[in-house]
Amino acid sequence: MGRRRVSNNGILQGSFFMDGDTACAEGAICAGCRFFGGYPITPATEIAERMARRLPQVGGTYIQMEDEIASISAVLGASWAGTRAMTATSGPGFSLMMENLGLGIITETPCVLVNVQRGGPSTGMPTLVGQGDMMQARWGSHGPYETIALSPGSPQELFDLTIRAFNLAEKYRTPVLVMTDEAVGHMTERVVIPPLEEIEYYARRKPQVPPNGYLPYRPDPDGVPPMACAGEGYRIHVTGLTHNEKGYPDTVSVETQQKLVERLIRKIRANQDDIIELREDQVEEADVVVVAYGISARTAARPVRMAREMGLKVGLLKLVTVWPFAEERIRELAPKVEGFVVPEINMGQIAQEVERCAGGQAQTILVPHAGGGLHHPNDVLEAIKRVTSPQSTSAETSP
Amino acid sequence: MSRHEIRFSGFGGQGIITAGYILGKAASLFDQRHVTLIKSYGPESRGGASSAQVIISDEEIDYPRLTQPKLLVAMSQEAYAKYIGELASGGLLLIDEDLVEPCHPRDDIQVRAVPATRIAESELGRKIVANIVMLGFVAANADVASVEGIREAALSSIPKGTEELNSQALAKGYEYGNQLQSTMHKV
Repeated sequence: MGRRRVSNNGILQGSFFMDGDTACAEGAICAGCRFFGGYPITPATEIAERMARRLPQVGGTYIQMEDEIASISAVLGASWAGTRAMTATSGPGFSLMMENLGLGIITETPCVLVNVQRGGPSTGMPTLVGQGDMMQARWGSHGPYETIALSPGSPQELFDLTIRAFNLAEKYRTPVLVMTDEAVGHMTERVVIPPLEEIEYYARRKPQVPPNGYLPYRPDPDGVPPMACAGEGYRIHVTGLTHNEKGYPDTVSVETQQKLVERLIRKIRANQDDIIELREDQVEEADVVVVAYGISARTAARPVRMAREMGLKVGLLKLVTVWPFAEERIRELAPKVEGFVVPEINMGQIAQEVERCAGGQAQTILVPHAGGGLHHPNDVLEAIKRVTSPQSTSAETSP
Repeated sequence: MSRHEIRFSGFGGQGIITAGYILGKAASLFDQRHVTLIKSYGPESRGGASSAQVIISDEEIDYPRLTQPKLLVAMSQEAYAKYIGELASGGLLLIDEDLVEPCHPRDDIQVRAVPATRIAESELGRKIVANIVMLGFVAANADVASVEGIREAALSSIPKGTEELNSQALAKGYEYGNQLQSTMHKV
């Protein structure tokens, strides 16, 4: 349309009318992703399709693996070979990836995992929207850990947050989850791709010491160890077992375990001001704050507007970063508001976090949706009215 | 608030989703308005009912699903029967007159008909551009996107080598619509 051009290096720039999945793939390419190990699954297939076509054009590699377990394994390996790598899946594939997501976390392997959520449990509703994997994103792999998960509400945000996911993954040496959904992945909308030089690029932190002085898991002061990759002349050791700073397994030392696990958690929690991104609309003066994420934050804008037209003081707090959770902000707001309303396309997951952080100082009302569709604006509006009406009862999050 | 909600519908293979995509692209990239497009998916896109939901608005689109469509484009009897009920009062129904028999009469909507498939087949020699003829007809009957925008969006979305064919198809549908307009009252 005269607004689009493909630059010589194969990176797109300009305005496009594209669906969310395609925008995700293009965001990854702009972020420097050059490896995709995947297994197609509705509604994430378009990401794999786009990457299969596009990666060879920019000197990257696409491999279709035999399943999702192999997909994430290949992604971890590619990252250790020095490449920015990703995979994309949906519910059933996300479940299969859980074990090696944990391997990525304990080996501190930067990579991006996109979950285009659909209705569940199990194979559920392949072609329809869900947000039921939010707690799985937090706790799906075994053992104690922290994780980073982002939640976009439009194709443009999916583009932007895929780039951010790659940068956070490199900065904190950890897998980052992009928890999008079918509604966003399959929605076509305008996506503006800025010039490459305007796109943030966080380069992988490399060792500043000679090979004989390098310990692959000795952290910098922020808790993140510089990462030497295979073939760069440094000794590295990569294991899912509890390991010391050298990378050697030390599976019977409580002290080594404690040191490692605490650091894996601390490097995320201590940097949460950098990681947590929120978007607030009239939250400061609000009596009721709607807390939402992804497509549900987008659709909540309408009932929020309807409530304001009725004279109610309602704010909208959008969790762009869902994990780590915005605990401090909810704790801060709880004594100032009458209640929180949490619409989500599941039967109550993030609402439980809100209720926990509200600590009984404000009520939390869940607006559940079993999946397959979006919240009707009136359902959220009714919940807002319940908070402000005198008959409203105390905290409840059960559907 | 100006929010146009449009449903394109027909059967799989007619280019229903392509038509919705082209209209959306025209409004989004050419006319610089807010646009969302939702395509029907899965088995539906390979035969059976196919549909595309397009929302065009001057404001940000919070709710990307149809709530009160004012324009329904139907290119199959099945699609017509499935969606005629959701068309808002005062709305406009555009049909391929050889494929749809409006058997659920409503006195609160307007109906306009074009032999889109016949024009594509007999005048252009390619049945496959019936969707583009219909798009031209849409442009003539409803003020949802500029006809130049639709033309540009169409030409940038179709296979190379078919530009002339698609240009003609768009023009045929547009002309048919304008002639029809001149013989009846405007909406």
